[in-house]
Amino acid sequence: MSQVPSELRDEIPSFEEKPAVARDHGPIDWTALTSVRTAKTALEIGTIAALAAAVFFAAEAVLRLTDTPTYVFPKPTAVVQTLVGDFGSLYAPHLWVTMQEFLIGLAIGSTAGLVLAAVITQKPFVEKVVAPYIIAMVTTPMIAVVPFLRLKLGFGLSPIVFAVALASGPMVLINAATGFRRTDLAKIALARSYGASTFQIFRKIRFPLALPMIIVGYMVGSIFGLLTAVGGEMVAASEKGGLGQRLVFFSSLVQMDKFGAVILIVAALGVGIYVLFYFIGKRWASWEA
Amino acid sequence: MVLDPRPSHAAAAEAAAGRLDEKISAVEATKVYETKTGSVLALDRFSLGIRNSEFVCVLGPSGCGKTTLLWAMSGLHALTSGQILLDGEPVTGPRPDKIGMIFQEANLLPWRNLGQNIKFPFEIKGTTPDRDRIASLLEETKLAGFEKSFPRELSGGMQQRASIVRALAQDPAVLLMDEPFGALDAFTRDEMNLLLLKLWSEARKTALFVTHNVSEAIFLADRVVVMTARPGRHARTFEIDLPRPRTVEMTFEPSFIELIQEIKATVEGGGAHLLEVE
Repeated sequence: MSQVPSELRDEIPSFEEKPAVARDHGPIDWTALTSVRTAKTALEIGTIAALAAAVFFAAEAVLRLTDTPTYVFPKPTAVVQTLVGDFGSLYAPHLWVTMQEFLIGLAIGSTAGLVLAAVITQKPFVEKVVAPYIIAMVTTPMIAVVPFLRLKLGFGLSPIVFAVALASGPMVLINAATGFRRTDLAKIALARSYGASTFQIFRKIRFPLALPMIIVGYMVGSIFGLLTAVGGEMVAASEKGGLGQRLVFFSSLVQMDKFGAVILIVAALGVGIYVLFYFIGKRWASWEA
Repeated sequence: MVLDPRPSHAAAAEAAAGRLDEKISAVEATKVYETKTGSVLALDRFSLGIRNSEFVCVLGPSGCGKTTLLWAMSGLHALTSGQILLDGEPVTGPRPDKIGMIFQEANLLPWRNLGQNIKFPFEIKGTTPDRDRIASLLEETKLAGFEKSFPRELSGGMQQRASIVRALAQDPAVLLMDEPFGALDAFTRDEMNLLLLKLWSEARKTALFVTHNVSEAIFLADRVVVMTARPGRHARTFEIDLPRPRTVEMTFEPSFIELIQEIKATVEGGGAHLLEVE
């Protein structure tokens, strides 16, 4: 016969206190990132497209009329021209380098962060002991350690990969920990009354309950990871370059149209990350909205 | 030295013999919670035996240890002293094979749709969902066609019906219910009580229903056990001889009202003001 379940702490059962849903977001309320209102009607979408076109052509017109040289400010058409025309030769190889650093670093950092969050939240003592280090890692700009990592790990991709992992991991960790800290006694009691094991409780109650915060953690971690990848390349790029290294390169040659094209690619990556996680959140965490 | 006229093992044997026909029982159940502000005696030597197929309501004011009793009977919490017997055997942990629980509010998992919520206990137990049984229960609770809906898309009454289906789909011998309809409005509550009685009369489960609503307790039960407020002690037991099947009209009859008043008087001074009459 099974034992009396221990996580239903020996306290007066109280359901008055609502589980910390959508309230406990840790130090910063990251839900601002996921709660953007999206345009749905043709009018809304049409207005957005019209505004973008207006800005594009207005900038073009002003730059042409004032005869501004490209090294001062590139014309939008010139930026698009080099972006499309030279994409395969000038940008794609570097995009690939940055993507590798970003994705490998994110995979390592986020996995470590997620596992660590699941482990430390089981023991409040451990959580309190490691908290200062986590806060320190979250708040330290990992771009700053790239030159050091470059010296230690050589001229390949690994220093930036490592920095991306260091930047994204703690972000996933801190948000996932907030998620895992949610305990809904009634739901655990429900699972226990059907004989659930501790692992089943984790897989079927704790993890789904934490999932919205885990997704937010991945989103923030990805954005910080991209930032660190591009910034790290600007500081100390590998011999293979990368988008950040291209930014430094083109600006030192005052080729501002190409510089603008790289900026557009980086911005597109950031928006892509946001949109991806927005839809992941819609699919897997909409129950909480 | 105090001489006990009866050796304690003889008393225990006698008590056990008297409980042979009981499906589930609490024997001298005592529970002390240690809190930051000191210890709280939630249950004080509370004994209750429920016979097979009997419907018993435990009635008491809020915070009188009713949930504690239910959690102890389901094996979710250990008692400080005393014991719970299920078919004569002590309960030392959850018994998903025999006990089904219905919780305060519906306690559905918000990330699962209704169908997945009902399948949840099967997943935990690693058994195959009994499709025919689920389908007929959904039909009876008027939830057929809502399997794909998520809890937040359903009304409170529908959510609680789904939680009843979830519990009954397991076909438990004993059904423990912890103020399941407390959060519902009076009309929905009447509806739910009727539905519950209908399902119970069909399956004849042994049922323990905890509530702080006097008329609900009388309406449902064969026997109403009144509990005092902190600590939870046995106050008095009322046999309810209303004929079955019961109808809402019965609750308007003078005898029913008198019974309400009598029960209320029992707990007068013991937290009667906390009881709900409607």
